[in-house]
Amino acid sequence: MRSLDEIVGEANTLFNSISDTTELEQVKARYLGKNGELTDLLKALGKLPAEQRPAMGSQINQAKDQLEALLKDRRLFLQEKKLEEKLKEEALDVTMPGRGHDKGGLHPVTQTLIRIESLFHSIGYEVASGPEVETDFYNFTALNIPENHPARAMHDTFYIENGDLLRTHTSPVQIHFMLENKPPLKLIAPGRVYRCDSDVTHTPMFHQVEGLWIDEEANFAALKGVLTNFMACFFERDDLSARFRPSFFPFTEPSAEMDISCVKCNGNGCRICSHTGWLEVLGCGMVHPNVLKHVDIDHAQYVGFAFGMGVERLAMLRYSVSDLRLFFENDLRFLKQFN
Amino acid sequence: MKFSENWLRTFVNPSCTSEELAHSLTMAGLEVEAIEPVAASFDKVVVAEVLTVEKHPNADRLRICQVNVGDHAKEPLQIVCGASNVHAGIKVPCALVGAQLQDMEIKSAKLRGIQSSGMLCSARELGVSENADGLLMLPDTAPVGQDFRTYYELNDRVFTLSLTPNRADCLGVYGVAREISALTDTQLVPFKTTPVSPEIEDSLDVRVSAPDACQLYCGRIMRGINSNVETPLWMKQRLERSSLRSINAVVDITNYVLLETGQPMHAFDLAKLDGGIHVRYAKINETIQLLNESRVVLTTDMLLITDDHKPLALAGIMGGLNSGVVQGISDIFLECAFFNPDVISGKSFKLGFNTDSSYRFERGVDFAATRNILEYATNLIQAICGGTAGPVTEKSSVLPPRLPVTVRVDRVQRVLGIMLEKEQIVEYFSRLQFDFSENKNDITVIPPSYRFDLAIEEDFIEELARIHGYDEIPAQVPKSGLEMLPSQESIRTSTQIKQMLVMRDYQEVVNYAFVDKSWETGLIQNKNPVALKNPIANHLDVMRSSLMGGLIANLQFNLNRRQERVRLFELGCCFERSATEHFLQIEKLAGLAYGDVFAEQWGVSARSVDFYDVKSDIEILYQSQEINFQAVQHPAFHPGKSAQIMVGAKPAGWIGELHPRWQRQYDLSHPVILFELLLDSLLPVSLAQIKEIPKYPAVRRDIAVIVDNQMPVQTILSSMYEKKPEIVTEITLFDVYRGKAVGEHNKSLAFKVMLQDAQKTLTDDEAEAAISSLLKILKAKFDAALRN
Repeated sequence: MRSLDEIVGEANTLFNSISDTTELEQVKARYLGKNGELTDLLKALGKLPAEQRPAMGSQINQAKDQLEALLKDRRLFLQEKKLEEKLKEEALDVTMPGRGHDKGGLHPVTQTLIRIESLFHSIGYEVASGPEVETDFYNFTALNIPENHPARAMHDTFYIENGDLLRTHTSPVQIHFMLENKPPLKLIAPGRVYRCDSDVTHTPMFHQVEGLWIDEEANFAALKGVLTNFMACFFERDDLSARFRPSFFPFTEPSAEMDISCVKCNGNGCRICSHTGWLEVLGCGMVHPNVLKHVDIDHAQYVGFAFGMGVERLAMLRYSVSDLRLFFENDLRFLKQFN
Repeated sequence: MKFSENWLRTFVNPSCTSEELAHSLTMAGLEVEAIEPVAASFDKVVVAEVLTVEKHPNADRLRICQVNVGDHAKEPLQIVCGASNVHAGIKVPCALVGAQLQDMEIKSAKLRGIQSSGMLCSARELGVSENADGLLMLPDTAPVGQDFRTYYELNDRVFTLSLTPNRADCLGVYGVAREISALTDTQLVPFKTTPVSPEIEDSLDVRVSAPDACQLYCGRIMRGINSNVETPLWMKQRLERSSLRSINAVVDITNYVLLETGQPMHAFDLAKLDGGIHVRYAKINETIQLLNESRVVLTTDMLLITDDHKPLALAGIMGGLNSGVVQGISDIFLECAFFNPDVISGKSFKLGFNTDSSYRFERGVDFAATRNILEYATNLIQAICGGTAGPVTEKSSVLPPRLPVTVRVDRVQRVLGIMLEKEQIVEYFSRLQFDFSENKNDITVIPPSYRFDLAIEEDFIEELARIHGYDEIPAQVPKSGLEMLPSQESIRTSTQIKQMLVMRDYQEVVNYAFVDKSWETGLIQNKNPVALKNPIANHLDVMRSSLMGGLIANLQFNLNRRQERVRLFELGCCFERSATEHFLQIEKLAGLAYGDVFAEQWGVSARSVDFYDVKSDIEILYQSQEINFQAVQHPAFHPGKSAQIMVGAKPAGWIGELHPRWQRQYDLSHPVILFELLLDSLLPVSLAQIKEIPKYPAVRRDIAVIVDNQMPVQTILSSMYEKKPEIVTEITLFDVYRGKAVGEHNKSLAFKVMLQDAQKTLTDDEAEAAISSLLKILKAKFDAALRN
């Protein structure tokens, strides 16, 4: 008869040689099954003299426990191994592209508008809008542009059959807003505008953002401050220099044209800035008293400033777009570059 | 406005460079667009006289010239010349040996065997003009040997100003000089002229029957002038440098005066005048043939200069063809007037041309200088053409008032945001040569007669800011209160809506709001679109009432550029007629999907986008709002694949597959799914108000019923919802089956029914009872049989 140690030793070797869980259970039966070797030993215990039985019984049971433990380890080992193999099989090529919908994108003009709006919103400007078909009153008269004024010729207006017109600028929104709200007022008005002009640098429709601040504290120095700050933030350039030149708009007095140092060449002169080092980016000025009169705001109490900028112009500078017309061709190969 | 810098500097000569001068002007609001030298850079070119010309023995087209260059050579120079207009006795510019002409150095050399020591020059070679018809001929009076740059005044530059419409006072060189005097604080040479005492008594009777329009008219007769005389070189040069061609001496002089003073003038051929001068409005359909040879039909708001019988000139705009000064005449009538800007404005625009004269009169001409300038012009004509002058006839009515304006020191400070002191204000007004008087806290200023842009306090504040320098006003970020802006949570922004479409794989486009009329009348069946009076192009003649046409055009454009899958959207204003006189302007959001539902990829089998794909996009857009889709036909869509979208009882838009007829017409190989929604219908969202989460479990039961194939699912769902037991919380369609098993004209619909009692756990019996009540509804209304 073999010793218990021999049996345990043999079983250990045997278990470790088996790599299939079912086979392991079959082999288990060889030792612990109904006719297993240890079961037989236990059965044979009765044949032993009474005084040997407890010691022998305890030895066999110990061996049984050892075998159970060995089996458990082996089972666990085999399970782990099986899982590992399964995981290995399941491994994906994570470099393959994801499945499903792509994402579209916003038009660059919209992106620019959002940027302008959010910068002004951060200093308390409300966003206002107004109609695109306007009356002569809102587009011209209320903005101090009387009939026959040479400034009207500068505007190349589209007229509608009934004598209304397509707004030539977003400035009429000022008028609507001032008629509907009491000062102090702070607003920007983004939108489409129309001029009967079409060539390499003009499209008959484009976008403007009008801004207005009516307050007791508004003044020309503040106008310069706000706009200089805006341009530096818009272009994310702390070193951007700005200059203001006297200009003429019927609805502001004093009026100014704002130039910034060229964002491409840093003011050294390049094709973009026609070798001047400066880019004309915006028109502005103190709201003309006649405009305030039209909307019944006391110009002794309130002073205001207004500004208007071309959105495509800013988008072109910011995103290095060289041809204005690209914005309205809607070529996906152009648009998707902004996604 | 273009002019010679040297001319300008005869009136004001600050000690600064051309560039510095240009910078001051630009920064004062008179933008200098360009400064260009009048000639190329060259040296050692002198005035020379061609003494003799002989044939070249070895070349047919070359000549051998002996040329006198004065002190520059002891003996005449021998120069070989190829110009066809060379002949003995002429004076021409001559480049000496060693001269540098643009990129060429003049050397002594043999030309076809003959020694040549220098070069006779054309205008193009010197960069004086593009005219290259042979040698540049100089007048007989040109002093031989003089440096040509000095003689021809070539050390000069041309300034091009881009003027804003308010600065009519700078439409003359003298006006610009006045401005520079103020900007640089430099003495301005006074504009002096002596009145010409009449030597003859001849005059014309001047009758102004439109005194509101012609507020001042001065005129005089001049007799015995020599109109054939050559215009002096200096005057021609100044005209040329302002881009004016020399015509004849008298016309040149009136043009010269216009450029110098900004005052337009006109000279009539006296012989063509019949009786007196009459200034009146045109009669209905009266016509005149103008100097530009066009015959124009006039309107009664246009002002005419006539004699007793015929129109002579369109006042302030252009002279008539038959009464102008031409060479050979000897007697003229010289006109210098002030026409009301309001009367001249817009007329030349209406006639389709612009003139130097109308450009100035529209913006305002110095009426206080009119008579003086007539005298100035008379002097010039006498000096150049001779002749004798008659007395000045002057007719004036009420001239534009120059009302005093009070400029308050504290207002100046408040508007500009700087502490400009009274002394400084006084200094700036003095530099501007304004007529003013000082009071304790303000200054009273009278606008000058040449400034039509100064009428209120703010106008003078701008003047002060300009002279002070906009750059000198600090940029101050304002301090402001910290009140928050209101923000409405239950109204979404259009940007939020757009972002949702972006996440659904749509690309935003922006199209013109004016479109091809055929899109409106055809695709949209809008028989009467809002029309533009002056479209930019014939095919962009009406305002869009729908964005869909533009999207289809964008689709075609991109398909032509090898795109296969196109998904676009646009948000924009649409225009429709309304019952009132104004138009409806409605913001719409439209989208288009074409090609595969997903971009080509490995993990999804390709399938064309269809109605239900896009419907899901729309359902997402409306978020919490209840919408339903009704099968309604639309002219653009497939009659069986089109729906009107309703938010409650209100139509909110359309979705559909482009009608196969349009698909064919637009040459599109796949179906196009389009939608168009009213932006306003998309914006509201309900603010969540949370109900308690039920403590008891919900129960799911599925039912499948067989109904008529034509029966819309929405109708079935609505009927169930309408009468459902309270414990039924949700009914959703999860399967549709058509096939033999359910009969040819039927379909099987499978619904998931969720049941829930907030108070207790549902029993099977309760659930079964609810389901059977639903089945009863279906049986009663739709004859729906339960499918086993």
